[in-house]
Amino acid sequence: MSTVRNTIIIGSGPAGLTAAIYTARASLAPLVIEGEPSSTSDQPGGQLMLTTEVENFPGFPEGIMGPELMMNFRSQAERFGAEFITEKVTKVDFSSRPFKVWIRDTEYSANSIIVATGAQSLMLDLPRETELIGHGVSTCATCDGFFFRGHEIAVVGGGDSAVEEAMFLTKFASKVHLIVRRDTLRASRIMQDRALTNEKIEIHWNSRVSELQGEQSLSGVTLTDTTDNSTRPLAVTGLFIAIGHKPNTAIFQSVLNMEDTGYLLTRDGSTYTDIEGIFACGDVQDHTYRQAITAAGSGCMAALDCERWLEHQH
Amino acid sequence: MADGIITLTSATFDEIVNSSDTPILVDFWAEWCGPCKQIAPILEQIAAEKAGQIIIAKLNVDDHGDIAGRFNVMSIPTMLLFSEGEIKTKIVGAMPKGRMLEELNPFLPASR
Repeated sequence: MSTVRNTIIIGSGPAGLTAAIYTARASLAPLVIEGEPSSTSDQPGGQLMLTTEVENFPGFPEGIMGPELMMNFRSQAERFGAEFITEKVTKVDFSSRPFKVWIRDTEYSANSIIVATGAQSLMLDLPRETELIGHGVSTCATCDGFFFRGHEIAVVGGGDSAVEEAMFLTKFASKVHLIVRRDTLRASRIMQDRALTNEKIEIHWNSRVSELQGEQSLSGVTLTDTTDNSTRPLAVTGLFIAIGHKPNTAIFQSVLNMEDTGYLLTRDGSTYTDIEGIFACGDVQDHTYRQAITAAGSGCMAALDCERWLEHQH
Repeated sequence: MADGIITLTSATFDEIVNSSDTPILVDFWAEWCGPCKQIAPILEQIAAEKAGQIIIAKLNVDDHGDIAGRFNVMSIPTMLLFSEGEIKTKIVGAMPKGRMLEELNPFLPASR
């Protein structure tokens, strides 16, 4: 039987690591199960590990690189004694206390759990998409943009992250096609202005990618017009996907209360889930704001909620 | 650079990779790549634990893009395992140590 910990934090983006800083400073000696390395957004450090410059995180007037910001979060948590395991939780049992969490066959138990598993990029769900990842299809502009110097490429999506990726990719690509399903961008005003005035970006309104071409690597895509279903080819060697996110809640199915879309439900104005002692913070329970700063804020809330709840258990 | 990990350049790549008697894993990476940072400690562990069976080498794609281009590297991290000058396997993207070892083990000589 393993020792019962005060708290286990699952996930290590801005929410999980802020919860780790606060609970560690409160002498709760948190165990952070930070996830396993991967090139999608389900990974230690969270989605910011796949970004470049973060311009809107307060305290960094000149901006800071996403991975560097997350390394800072992590070392701050470590400094106060947070313990880290670089693995992924494979199973949970929240039906009795102490709560149990497994990494394959290894069991960990704790009096409270903070869930901060975040969200990850959605894929297009097209044939050959998976095989072409790393061969023209990418979910990480910052990882792969460099290899498309002088190429014509496309970005799919109309939100802030799509526009940010498109802007970033103009540094390398000769031209960036932005494929937008509707006739407007969802992106914030400032990002829209940047996209619309950048002469390297061509926006394809009312369009979706319906087919991927290329044997060894991507050679082009087919665009389908969403108004009349007509199709047209677009010759691009790179396709960057930024069409939105899904929460990483597979292991919590039929364990915790969640929306149909998989986002965890928390009690209004708090991080309490439907199970007492289990708290949720960050993007896993937020499809509205989804910012590093709001995730960090709710990570702090989870730590405080958790700390107070633990105090009342004695 | 950690012990047991060598740094390749455009100038030294062919000589080192072709003359190695031990399988050599080349990690194509760059400073600005988050997933590359995540696997760096894993590669250090593998270099230490599998010393004699595998050599871990790093190639910075920012500085030596010609080599990355020659092997059609379009995403980093990409890791190519060379043995006797030939590519034995290609790993694209960050992954946990266990999965990486599963990919590499079939091509490594038995430990002594």
